[in-house]
Amino acid sequence: MSTKPKHPELSERFNADEPRVDWHDATLWWIRQKRDKAAHTLYEDWESLRNTASAIKDNVLGNLADYLESFERQATTNGAIVHWAADAAEHNQIVLSLLQQAGAKRMVKSKSMLTEECHLNEYLTENGIEVVDTDLGERIVQLADEPPSHIVMPCIHWKKEEIGELFHQHLGTPKGNADPQLLTEAARQHLRDKFLSRRVALTGVNFAVAETGEFVVCTNEGNADMGVHLADVHIACMGIEKIIPRREHLGVFLRLLARSATGQPITTYSSHFKSPRKGAQLHIVLVDNGRSQQLGREAFRNSLKCIRCGACMNTCPVYRRSGGHSYHNAVAGPIGAILAPNLDMSKNADLPFASTLCGSCSNVCPVKINIHEQLYEWRQELTRQGKVDFGKKMGLKMMSTVLSSPMVYRSMGKMGRWTMRVMPGMVSNSFNPWFKQREMPAAPKESFRDWYLKNRS
Amino acid sequence: MSVRDQILAKVRANQPVDERPLPDLTSFPVRTSEVLDQFMTVLSTIGGKPVRVADYAEIAAYLHEHPYPGRIISSIPALQHLAEPIPENADPHELENVELAIITGTFGVAENSAIWVTEANYQQRVVPFICQHLAIVLPMDALVANMHQAYERLQGQEYGFGVFIAGPSKTADIEQSLVLGAHGARTMTVFLLEHV
Ligand code: SF4
Repeated sequence: MSTKPKHPELSERFNADEPRVDWHDATLWWIRQKRDKAAHTLYEDWESLRNTASAIKDNVLGNLADYLESFERQATTNGAIVHWAADAAEHNQIVLSLLQQAGAKRMVKSKSMLTEECHLNEYLTENGIEVVDTDLGERIVQLADEPPSHIVMPCIHWKKEEIGELFHQHLGTPKGNADPQLLTEAARQHLRDKFLSRRVALTGVNFAVAETGEFVVCTNEGNADMGVHLADVHIACMGIEKIIPRREHLGVFLRLLARSATGQPITTYSSHFKSPRKGAQLHIVLVDNGRSQQLGREAFRNSLKCIRCGACMNTCPVYRRSGGHSYHNAVAGPIGAILAPNLDMSKNADLPFASTLCGSCSNVCPVKINIHEQLYEWRQELTRQGKVDFGKKMGLKMMSTVLSSPMVYRSMGKMGRWTMRVMPGMVSNSFNPWFKQREMPAAPKESFRDWYLKNRS
Repeated sequence: MSVRDQILAKVRANQPVDERPLPDLTSFPVRTSEVLDQFMTVLSTIGGKPVRVADYAEIAAYLHEHPYPGRIISSIPALQHLAEPIPENADPHELENVELAIITGTFGVAENSAIWVTEANYQQRVVPFICQHLAIVLPMDALVANMHQAYERLQGQEYGFGVFIAGPSKTADIEQSLVLGAHGARTMTVFLLEHV
């Protein structure tokens, strides 16, 4: 068993600073509320949008091979060059060889959780390539030599005073100045110079359309576009599950994505890349890295429907109080806890225990993944595989840290009371150590949604 | 077997049998007839600036009242007395010092105030991102209610690059404080044009 610190210890560290945890908790809950408001403006369509998105993704999972072939064919016809990578190592090698072909030693990169998953930055740095992350949040954690702690808001755990100090050291902003406007302006100037001078730009992919061979990248900052349209070579890296059948399906997913993520009606830029700019190259790297295996696990294949909106993290009482880094995985939170054991059961056996199984994640998920049920399934699977002797012990410790201090309960307010009411019904099973320790009140009769609608102020 | 074939074989072996047809998208009816009002309201909420104008002369008058000091480029022939044309085959880096870019939008979406533009609207892909300020001229009748209608319009359309733009570039990465002008345009003005 790996001796690297697990979720319980890592969340204990995060919990050492209680006011900070309260702040982190409140910030994410505020984003969750923005999501609710955005969903309510579409109240007539919202549930049917979620059902439709889920059904489209079901169809994708059942026909993925054909869709991948169609995408490759169309993209090639459009003038893109398609590469295939079985795992993280192959992905990283392909990117390096493309940089070498272009004779480039430097690259700008917009947000891509896949490249985090593959540890691309470390690999390229070891091979003498300088990578600059251009999403502001990602640049902040990169300067601080940390991984992102959230898939949508990479530096959600950073206070502005700390960012002020970081920028003072790295970008020369005035000491003691923590004004978000000033700090953003400094980053804008600093990164504009990078956009103008780099010849290779790497982006992630939000959706890739089998019918047309185009793909869509969503950003608010415009960093993906600034990088790509000024570079000679665009490398787009995507997991094979990002495929959707037809262009018209983008309408469904773009209506759901930003509303679920941040409560915006849509991201500022939804860029559709079909063919390379005249004189430039477009490379698309299709990455498996465990996805085809997850597709074969019946209980967990639905996790491949994920559109990486982050809503399940923002709502999760454990994530909010333990922080993204406690999940020691590129994707944190409830969905990360389902994806990670697929890649390495021993290393990530603790993660499905980092949950109260309250089901709030499944309630907000725009593609209706049964997240909390899959977490429960993983607990059983990991137990069958003999990976959890530490889990029960540590799981308990984690729950005590994150959820049981009176201070925490006070500050969790409504959500905390709700957890107490809802949790027992969800957790009265031998896989939940938390249950053993407590006298649980009776389970509530109403569903989360009913409760929430009635109780939100 | 190549890596490609191996991946595809594994996917084929592991993918579930699912013969359910794709869902019908016509079940999302259009809820509003007030597309113009909704478009303008949403645009203001997300930091953009809607300006109703009768014709190009009013756009010129507006720009006279709200001058942008510096380089102005536009792909719109009717505004060529105010702006230089967008150089078609130039190195995109040469657009680095553009203060204001004025381009045409193909259509707008009321539910989120996103405007569809393709490189056919402005020759150089980087234009709406690299300029300090962006203005889009949108015919007032070129509005649809929602994203489903938007993609109906895009059905069968050819483009190398196209983008929905909704408001100015923004970030909230520093303690969730909204700051306009991250890497792209700092402001976005939309001229809603009555007579094209
Ligand atoms: S699992 Fe669902 S809620 Fe969580 S990030 Fe993925 S799509 Fe969003």
